Amino acid sequence: MSDFVSGFWNIYITAISLISILFCVLLLWSQSTHKSTGGVQTTGHVWDEDLEEYSNPMPNWWRWLFYLTVIYSLAYLAVYPGLGSYKGSFGWTSVNEYDAEQKQAEHDYGPIFEKYRAMDIHAVAASTEGKEMGQRLFMTYCAQCHGSDARGANGCPNLTDKDWLWGGTAAQIKESVALGRDAMMPAKGLKPDLNGEQITDLANHVRSLSGLANDATRAKRGKELFTTACAACHGPEGKGTVGLAPNLSDGSWLYSSAESSIVETISKGRSNRMPAFGEFLGEAKVHLLTAYVVSLGGSMADNSVSPAPTDTAAAPSAATAEAAAENNLADL
Amino acid sequence: MSNTAAPRRVIPIVEVAEDSLYEVRRKVYPRAVTGTFARWRWTLVWFTQILYYGMCWMPWNGRQAVLFHLVERKFYIFGMVLWPQDVFFLAVLLIISAFSLFLFTAVAGRLWCGYACPQTVYTEIFLWVEKFFQGDRAQRMRRDAARWKPENAARRFAKYFTWAAISLWTGFTFVGYFSPMNELVDSVLNWQVGPWELFWILFYGGSTYMGAGVLREQVCKYMCPYARFQSVMFDADTLVITYDNERGEARGGRKKGLVNREIASATGMGDCVDCSICVQVCPTGIDIRNGLQYECIGCGACIDACDQVMEKMEYPKGLIRYSTQNALAKHWQLGDIVRHIVRPRILIYSALLVLVGSAFIWGLASKPALRVDVSRDRAALAREVEGGLIENVYRLHVMNVSEVTQRYAVSVSGLSGIEFVGEHIIEVPATSAQSTTLRVRAPADGKRGAHVIYFDVKSIADERIKVHEKASFIQP
Repeated sequence: MSDFVSGFWNIYITAISLISILFCVLLLWSQSTHKSTGGVQTTGHVWDEDLEEYSNPMPNWWRWLFYLTVIYSLAYLAVYPGLGSYKGSFGWTSVNEYDAEQKQAEHDYGPIFEKYRAMDIHAVAASTEGKEMGQRLFMTYCAQCHGSDARGANGCPNLTDKDWLWGGTAAQIKESVALGRDAMMPAKGLKPDLNGEQITDLANHVRSLSGLANDATRAKRGKELFTTACAACHGPEGKGTVGLAPNLSDGSWLYSSAESSIVETISKGRSNRMPAFGEFLGEAKVHLLTAYVVSLGGSMADNSVSPAPTDTAAAPSAATAEAAAENNLADL
Repeated sequence: MSNTAAPRRVIPIVEVAEDSLYEVRRKVYPRAVTGTFARWRWTLVWFTQILYYGMCWMPWNGRQAVLFHLVERKFYIFGMVLWPQDVFFLAVLLIISAFSLFLFTAVAGRLWCGYACPQTVYTEIFLWVEKFFQGDRAQRMRRDAARWKPENAARRFAKYFTWAAISLWTGFTFVGYFSPMNELVDSVLNWQVGPWELFWILFYGGSTYMGAGVLREQVCKYMCPYARFQSVMFDADTLVITYDNERGEARGGRKKGLVNREIASATGMGDCVDCSICVQVCPTGIDIRNGLQYECIGCGACIDACDQVMEKMEYPKGLIRYSTQNALAKHWQLGDIVRHIVRPRILIYSALLVLVGSAFIWGLASKPALRVDVSRDRAALAREVEGGLIENVYRLHVMNVSEVTQRYAVSVSGLSGIEFVGEHIIEVPATSAQSTTLRVRAPADGKRGAHVIYFDVKSIADERIKVHEKASFIQP
C-alpha cells in the first residue's frame, strides 16, 4: 500500500474503517437494550390516506447475524489489506496473485510449449495437438487481420495459397511472424511525373497481366510506361520479386483488382506492415504459429528459393483453416 | 372448561411482547389436525412429492423423461427437447405462473402458501416425523422440557436422523433432475460424486432440513417476500380465513349443547368457547381471532380444528371459515360470495392467463425441429478472390432439435450470381449441433455496403422442417 502520497491517508482510512465498525457495534448494542414505549407501533408514515406500516420487532436471530458481520469484517481486516497501509496477515496483493497465476501457468503449460519448440516445424505441423495449439494462437493473435480461415482480407494476405510476398519456406514464414514485415510501394513508382491518364493506362496494363478485362489501347500504352516506372521492382513481366514487390500476374490481389483500386495504388502508393510478434509472444509460440501456417498447405519446401510460382490455383486443401474459422466463430 | 357466566377472560396464549426491538422466537408446537383442509393439504403433499421424488426415475424413449441436462445444455421434458435458445419459453412460463398467482390469490388468498409451497409441504412431512417420534403437541412440549432424559433424547435424535435422511434424499433427487440419474446413482454408489453435485445435494438437502426442521414459520414471516406483497392482491372480496367476530365474541367456556348456547348467549357470550385449539394447530403460531395477519399462510388448520370443536359443542360449523371482508360486514350468504368472485380484476387476470397460456402452448407446439444460427466471421469483413468475386465468410450453426438424425440441404440466395464454397448437404445427429464454414461468393456489383442475403436450410427427409435465415453480405 505504498500508493498513499502522505502518511495522513493511512491513518485516515484506518480510523474511518474502525470507527465505522465501532459505530455499528454501538448501534446494535443500543438497539438491543432499547425499550420501546409498549406494544407494536406504526412507523408514523401514512400513504394514500390510510395506509400505515407496522414497526414490528425484528427476529432475535437477526441480531446475531448482524454481530456476525462485525466479526467477519474485523477478521477480514486482520488477514487482508484494508486498514490503510497494513498489509494483513496473509500478505495478499493482486500483484502476488497475478504472479502466482503466471507461475502456475508457466509450470502447467511451459513443458508443453517446450516440447513443440524443440521439434522441427514440419513435424509440429503434422502433429494434431501442435497444429491445434497453433490454431488457437492464430485465433487470438492473427485472425483479426488474416481472417479466421487464414484466407486474408483487403490488405492482409491469404496464407493458404502459394502466393508469398516474403517467401513461403518455413524459415521465411517464421521470420515474418517473429520480426514482422514493412512494405512500401512508392507513389508513381520510379516516375514521379506520371499523370492521371498514364496511371489509368498503367492500371489497364496491370489488369491485363492477370487476364482481367482491360482497354487494349490503354494497356498497350501502359506496357511501355511499366518498363520505366515499375519493372525495376515488379520485373519486366510483372512477376514480382520475393521480399521486394508482389507478383502482379498471378490473379491474387492484396488490394482489390478493380481499376479504381489499382489507380489508387499507383497514384498514392501503398504502405503496409505486419507487426513483429517475436518479442511479444516468445520463441515457442512463434514456432507453433509458424507450424500452423505451414499446415495450411501453402508453404514451400525449404530448398525452394524461386519467386512465387505463377499458378493461380488456391491451396490444395484448407480444411484446417475452415475448422479454424469455425472455432473462432464458436467463441462468439 | 368453566362455565361461569361471561368471564371475559383471555388466555395468554401469545406472550405479551416485552417491548424490545427484537422479538425472541417462541417455539411453535403445532398440534396435529384432521379435517377437510388437512386432507386437501395431505393430498397435495402426496401429489407434489410423488411427482418430485418419482419423475426423475421415469424413462422415456431410452432416456430420462424429465432432465434439465446442464452439461449438455439440453432440457428434456417427455417428448420435448428444449435448448438454451428456448429460454423464451421459460420467461413465458414465469409470466403464466405470476398471473396464476395473482388470479388465485385474488380469489382465495394464499392458496400456494397453505397447500403447495415446498416450505409448507416439507414442514408438514417433518411435523409428521416429529409426531411419530415425539408425540403430539402436548407430549412434545413435555419432552422438550426434559430434553436430556435418555428416552427423550433418543426420540429427538431418531427424529433428527430421519429428517437428515429425508433431506439428503431430497437433495439427491434435486440433483437428479440436472445430472442424469443413472450416472448420479453410479457416482454415489462408487463414492465419486463430482464436487458440484455433492455441493448441491448437501446445499439443497441442508436447505430442506433448515427450512422444514429448524426455521419453519421464520421462513414465512421473515424470509419470504411473497408474504409481504400478497396484500396488494387482496381486496374486500377475496376469500380469506376469517374468524366470525360477531358470532364468536364474547368468547368463553361453557357446557356443550344448544341449551347451554342459549344460556351463554343470554349473558352476552358468543359461540367461541375459547378452547384455544385454533391457536395450537397454527403452524405460524398466531391467533386467527385477532383478524387477518400477514403471518397467516392460509392453511386452514384452524378451520378444521374449530369445526371439530363446534361439532362437539353441537353448534353449527364455520365459526372460523373461508369468507370475505364484504361477506362478514354485509352478512352475505355463500351465493353472494360466489357471485362476487366475478369482478374486473379476476376477469382481467383470467383473460391474460388464457391469452398467454394459449400463446405458450401454440408456441411450444409449433416450435421448429431445426434451428440455424448464421454468424459472420468476426475477423475478415470481405475479400476479393479470383475472378473478381467478393467473398464473405459465415459460420452456419445447424441445430437438430429433433431426436432423429437429419440431413439438411443448404442454399443461399439474395444476390445475383451468389454461390458458396462449403458443404451443401449437412448431416446432423439427433439433438446435436453441427457447425460448418461457408465461403459465400458473389460478383462485385459496385454497390458498396451490406446486402441482405438468405440462407435456406431444409431437411431432406421432411420438407416441413426448414429455416429461412437472414444474413448480410458485405461488398467492399
